[in-house]
Amino acid sequence: MSNDLKEHISAALKKGVRLDGRKLDEFRPITIETGTVATAEGSAHLRCGETEIIAGIKLAVGTPYPDRPDSGTLMVNAELRPISNPEFEIGPPSIESIEVSRVIDRTIRESGTIDEKKLCITPGEQVWMVNVDVVPLNTDGNLIDLGCLASVAALKNTKLPRLEDGVVNYKELTQEGLPLSEEPIAVTVVKIGENFLVDPTQGEFDVADARLTVGSLADGTLCALQKGGDASLTPEDIDRMVDIALATAKKLRKLLE
Amino acid sequence: MAYKKRVDGRKFDETRPIIAKAGVIPKADGSGYFKIGKTEAYAAVYGPRELHPRNKQDPKTGVLRCTYNMMPFAGQGDRVRPGPSRRSKEISMVTELALLPVVNLEDWPNAVVDVFIELPQTDAGSRCAGISAASIALADAGIRMQDMVAACAVGIVDGSVVVDLNYEEEAWEEGNVADIPLAVIPSTGEISLLQMDGKVTKEQLMQAITQAKPVFERIADIQRAAIKERYDAVTREVKQNE
Repeated sequence: MSNDLKEHISAALKKGVRLDGRKLDEFRPITIETGTVATAEGSAHLRCGETEIIAGIKLAVGTPYPDRPDSGTLMVNAELRPISNPEFEIGPPSIESIEVSRVIDRTIRESGTIDEKKLCITPGEQVWMVNVDVVPLNTDGNLIDLGCLASVAALKNTKLPRLEDGVVNYKELTQEGLPLSEEPIAVTVVKIGENFLVDPTQGEFDVADARLTVGSLADGTLCALQKGGDASLTPEDIDRMVDIALATAKKLRKLLE
Repeated sequence: MAYKKRVDGRKFDETRPIIAKAGVIPKADGSGYFKIGKTEAYAAVYGPRELHPRNKQDPKTGVLRCTYNMMPFAGQGDRVRPGPSRRSKEISMVTELALLPVVNLEDWPNAVVDVFIELPQTDAGSRCAGISAASIALADAGIRMQDMVAACAVGIVDGSVVVDLNYEEEAWEEGNVADIPLAVIPSTGEISLLQMDGKVTKEQLMQAITQAKPVFERIADIQRAAIKERYDAVTREVKQNE
């Protein structure tokens, strides 16, 4: 079945069209609503085509790592639950969900957007721990890019809860947001034959020969990379894919304004 | 000191505002959404499909399998750690039992109908919201059913019968609180989910069950309206394309 789909997608691409009629460098329309989850300190509900994702931020107070006593912590976790796709199963995290988690984590962490020093409450004793959870409700491809976008929107939406004698009072949020300085954007470019596409649907993602996810900042600095897929890439491929990713990131960043 | 006025100003037999939808998850064979106050549940049905592992298959009938899960940020306080817990496993089981009496899977031997329930946010009453969403999802998937299952918590707060307790009422400290999650099959009045924690007399229990009856009929009406709206929308779309 995957082979038939591949032939179908490739044949269309030879004529310069995608199955849903988009241009190769065109994203599906995206909507982002923030503050949709009352129990989270920050949240975003993102829709793009049939992919729909909720990202939620929970903050906790904990002890810092011994080697970084004055830094808060960040953790990104993607839950690819069986509600969102017949191919996802119950059980320990799949390799797909681990990759999605880790690439989003890397993009946000290495961008340096969160000033972890400012998350310190008492050095060596108490720091803010930022948990980002990304949960798709329905999946039709491109979970890394869209999960990352939802995560950054949720981080920007976050308010710190009140701290009373070192204990978090989740019922009362302060006006203080997280110390953020950047808006890291992940863009995955997939290679199918000689074509480069952004925002792959599930079908396009499944038949892709190779893919490259590029995390970048507003000034074009790269902050994370992940090559995937069976086929290898030439330096020329990478050159082009990074260009496409950076041009696309510029458009996506506008959605966070 | 009795409980005379509810913390959020509702009448004693009044639920929080309800929003119900069908067909919210395109990948699924059927899906439902049920929001009551700040408790929000999505349910998706996959199947009937082949059941693995095969030793769980039943050659006489299809099997209903429910999985209840809170998203990590859905709790009132700390982050909920992902993965099954004692609580989520028990709720999954009672959810299955609440829905089983109305679904007819005899035409689907060796198959499973999977129901996945996910809650993005909760403010008490989450298992009931999950069951109400799941009932919509099963109907949307075209599973043969005798009736809807409408679920809602009823309770006794300081001697007064209340419907659809929120978190603040569940945690009421000035008097006894009994929290009684109920699922009702409206056409027969039969009860397919009954749990309770707290302290009540038998008279109070029966009073709560009797007084709450109209609430379940209202919830079932809202569930049916969600299904109807979904198919009216499909019908409109088909007509437009003609």
